[in-house]
Amino acid sequence: MIEIRDLHKHFGDLHVLKGIDLDVKKGEVLSVIGSSGSGKSTLLYCINSLEKIQQGSVKIDGIDVHAKNTDVNKLRQKLGMVFQQWNSFPHLTAMENVALAPRIVKGKSKEEALYIAETQLKHVGLGDKLKNYPSALSGGQQQRLAIARALAMEPEYMLFDEATSALDPEKVGEVLDTMRLLAEEGMTMICVTHEMGFARDVSDRVAYFHQGVMEEIGPPEQIFYSPISEHTKKFLANVR
Amino acid sequence: MFEYNFHWRPVLKSLPDLLQAGLLTLEVAVLSMVIGITIGLCLALMRMKLEGPLKWFAVSWIEVARNTPVLFQLFFFGFGLGAAGVNLPPYVIIVAGLSFNCAGYLAENFRGGFQAVPDTQINAARCLGMNGWQTYTRIIIPQVFRIVYHPITNQMVWAVLMSSLGMMIGFRELSGETQFFASRTFRIFEYFAVTAVVYYVIVKLILGSSRLLSARLFRY
Repeated sequence: MIEIRDLHKHFGDLHVLKGIDLDVKKGEVLSVIGSSGSGKSTLLYCINSLEKIQQGSVKIDGIDVHAKNTDVNKLRQKLGMVFQQWNSFPHLTAMENVALAPRIVKGKSKEEALYIAETQLKHVGLGDKLKNYPSALSGGQQQRLAIARALAMEPEYMLFDEATSALDPEKVGEVLDTMRLLAEEGMTMICVTHEMGFARDVSDRVAYFHQGVMEEIGPPEQIFYSPISEHTKKFLANVR
Repeated sequence: MFEYNFHWRPVLKSLPDLLQAGLLTLEVAVLSMVIGITIGLCLALMRMKLEGPLKWFAVSWIEVARNTPVLFQLFFFGFGLGAAGVNLPPYVIIVAGLSFNCAGYLAENFRGGFQAVPDTQINAARCLGMNGWQTYTRIIIPQVFRIVYHPITNQMVWAVLMSSLGMMIGFRELSGETQFFASRTFRIFEYFAVTAVVYYVIVKLILGSSRLLSARLFRY
């Protein structure tokens, strides 16, 4: 379970997150929507400690992410993350991309790591691209590679930071399908997304962020069909 | 008017000695590059990651190495230290001088290389649970290495050619050896013409093997 309490984040004078309280239960799929600069991506960066926080706390299964004595490297193994810019490692083949972390972080044997890599790449539909370098893959394939790479660490939570925003329109579907597959398999996911269809169909809950505040959170039906907040209504009217 | 008669025989007779000296040139250049790459990498990291005296030490090194003649740098290690009572053998002077110079140039190549790898690669690696060391050695440095590979090759060629300054401090590498024979026989043109060919061949060998190696190393 992810427990976020009174989370504040500043970038210099900029108050990016203004007191976020949020719980995400095991098995839940939460979509976070909102306009650019509303703090939704920063929220993810604070959850896995890529960004320090100024106030409040984030706990993963009871462990305080930002506490001084927390082993962040160990904690991050529970948290898979997929970025907008997929960030595949260009000097490694698809197999090596996926096998590297299990091997050097988890200490698995080479054979074991390669087996995991092959399994996960097949899982996301890249079984025929094992030996390819990222430069030979399309954006959508690279993003699925990034998902496989995260999954190979057997995370308990997956964080998606606008995973489809940088893709060509015709490649968005294949990545969303992979995310859907994970949701169906029971993965706990927080998806920062601009894909309203995905948020509506796949999420258990949807949170709307507005200028660093979580304006509204609830089941997709509520957020999309009977939003309470005026800001939410306005945002949804604009994206539709 | 120009009644110069070429005499190649003395050159051919001393060719084995020249080739031997060519090997010494290569040895000095390779050694200087190994030291230069190691120090250059450290200087680049110091300049990028540190603040305070160590950063300024690195910056000063780079500034002096890049903006003063190599010959003066050699003279510093030779006559400069000599005046201070530290008398180094020519071999050490040339290796120290070239390493100093190469480190300065390579540091800037490395800095450019590091800046060319996006920060997001670090985030991606850290998110997989890799620590800072693993991130650098497994993700960042291999990518930097590819970016700086060809500049390093250039610097290697440059090191070979710069080592000819050994002649100025009485070191008998290829140029020093050539000078030695040339002044004994007065066949200056012939000797330096042949030596130029030897340099050319050495450089071509370096470029050729660099190309072969890069084809093996970088498959992406």
